[in-house]
Amino acid sequence: MTTMAPDAGTQDDVAYEAQFNAAVTAEERIEPRDWMPDAYRASLVRQIAQHAHSEIIGMQPEANWITRAPSLRRKAILMAKVQDEAGHGLYLYSAAETLGTSRDELLDRLHSGRQKYSSIFNYPTLTWADVGAIGWLVDGAAITNQVPLCRCSYGPYARAMVRICKEESFHQRQGYELLLALSQGTEAQHAMAQDAVNRWWWPSLMMFGPPDDESAHSAQSMAWRIKRHSNDELRQRFVDICVPQADSLGLTLPDPDLTWDEERGHYAFGPIDWDEFREVLRGNGPCNEQRINQRRTAHEEGAWVREAATAYATKQAERSRHGYRAPHDPQQGDTQEEDIA
Amino acid sequence: MNPAPASAALALGDDALLLSHRLGEWAGHAPVLEEELALANIALDLLGQARVLLSLVGDEDELAYLREERAFRNLQLVEQPRGDFAHTIARQLYFSSYQRLLYEELAQGDTAIAELASKAVKEVDYHRDHAEHWTLRLGDGTAESHQRMQQALDALWRYTGEAFEPIEGLTVNWATLRARWTDRITTVLRQATLTVPSGPQSGSWAAGGGRQGVQTEPFGRMLAEMQHLHRSHPGATW
Ligand SMILES: [Fe+2]
Ligand SMILES: [Fe+2]
Repeated sequence: MTTMAPDAGTQDDVAYEAQFNAAVTAEERIEPRDWMPDAYRASLVRQIAQHAHSEIIGMQPEANWITRAPSLRRKAILMAKVQDEAGHGLYLYSAAETLGTSRDELLDRLHSGRQKYSSIFNYPTLTWADVGAIGWLVDGAAITNQVPLCRCSYGPYARAMVRICKEESFHQRQGYELLLALSQGTEAQHAMAQDAVNRWWWPSLMMFGPPDDESAHSAQSMAWRIKRHSNDELRQRFVDICVPQADSLGLTLPDPDLTWDEERGHYAFGPIDWDEFREVLRGNGPCNEQRINQRRTAHEEGAWVREAATAYATKQAERSRHGYRAPHDPQQGDTQEEDIA
Repeated sequence: MNPAPASAALALGDDALLLSHRLGEWAGHAPVLEEELALANIALDLLGQARVLLSLVGDEDELAYLREERAFRNLQLVEQPRGDFAHTIARQLYFSSYQRLLYEELAQGDTAIAELASKAVKEVDYHRDHAEHWTLRLGDGTAESHQRMQQALDALWRYTGEAFEPIEGLTVNWATLRARWTDRITTVLRQATLTVPSGPQSGSWAAGGGRQGVQTEPFGRMLAEMQHLHRSHPGATW
């Protein structure tokens, strides 16, 4: 879409809105400089921010196992995975920045509790098998949620999602493979894998959000082509994918009501404990406080580092304005970004 | 190609293994998102080097997870607790400058270590750039960052001398290496408005230190954390 935003608010917003709606309906991409309704912008910022926050908070439960990974190969895979999640955070904060909201501002909203992250990360990683269960189920649910976002009407978000989904599917396969090794390993390893799946299954189903009749933002998001499928549709899709995979893993899913429904062509599953979901959302999950505290602490303890980087960059800018040249510059040939703060 | 001398592969492999481990402790704690990526990158490079080097000696996991404290041959520098960001940068500066010069020289040889060194020299170049860049920012940033960086440099200085003790099986001109290292460090610190520490570069208490398998107290704890899961399931595959 190429309609530029008007310089001043003198233009007819109704005409712009009609054009915007037509573009969205025609499946055209909205780009940062295009006109867009304020509510669309706000809704995107909220969703992208929550997604970005989930990526960086999501590093914690898995980073918890980096120093204890039981083989060097697994350690390398896990480190790379946690690093990927940091990268996802970076792309998404950049996507939000194209809508006029800075990373600092969004981090501030996260740290002060005004914005949320995915509730799944408020559960603890108690054993090594949890790393596998997160990869298989949590990254798996994330992919189910996010693949449709690759066609989201907002261009920068859609493009970030294409890149992210590729990496998430890596993570999902690595998680599956980790669990398979445990499941086919010793008795103790098998039990560890089963226990992890038992604990992560239901929270993973909650990742798709409340049932359709209770979902606050769904209808408008669908009309704007931000969302494409309802929470319940995506949840069903995820269950249908997981059941045969659990079977191949030699593990069971902790739901006695899980049966194939011939008529619907889907797996039927038992009731989800939405009280638990609401409690965790409200801040009463096992790790809500721990996660946000670690995030805040890292940010606060890093303040002097960011200040130093800014001060140095300012000094350097001053110097180059005054034609000062350092006698010996050890950074020659460095390709790193100058301004990291 | 000549076989790699096991003692040398072990010493260099342990350096990379344990520094990677310490850097891995930063995951989720870095001061800025870009550093989550950068520190993980460096940790992954080092882990990759460690796996190649240890595999020249034996099974990488047996060596990493089943050796006792006294059987490790790393420099004491790499096992020190990560400390604040300034400590991490000071260590990265000292170590990557050393490793960069050493690998450059080892790359000229004809053993499997030479092959690893010639491949790794590029990534270590990036590690050193990263460390030097941050040394400048912290040293010439704010009063607080300057003070923290100087403190970190001073605190870790005593662990730097051991890097230049000869490693059995390697033909390296250690005196030249040390002179080049000192030169590089001096230049960077001067530009960062920092002072080259003046204390001893190794303590008489160290008795040769890490390369002989005499480590410092934090080492055992680190090893306990690293090895406990692997050791809890003897013979299991992961
Ligand atoms: Fe991610
Ligand atoms: Fe992921």
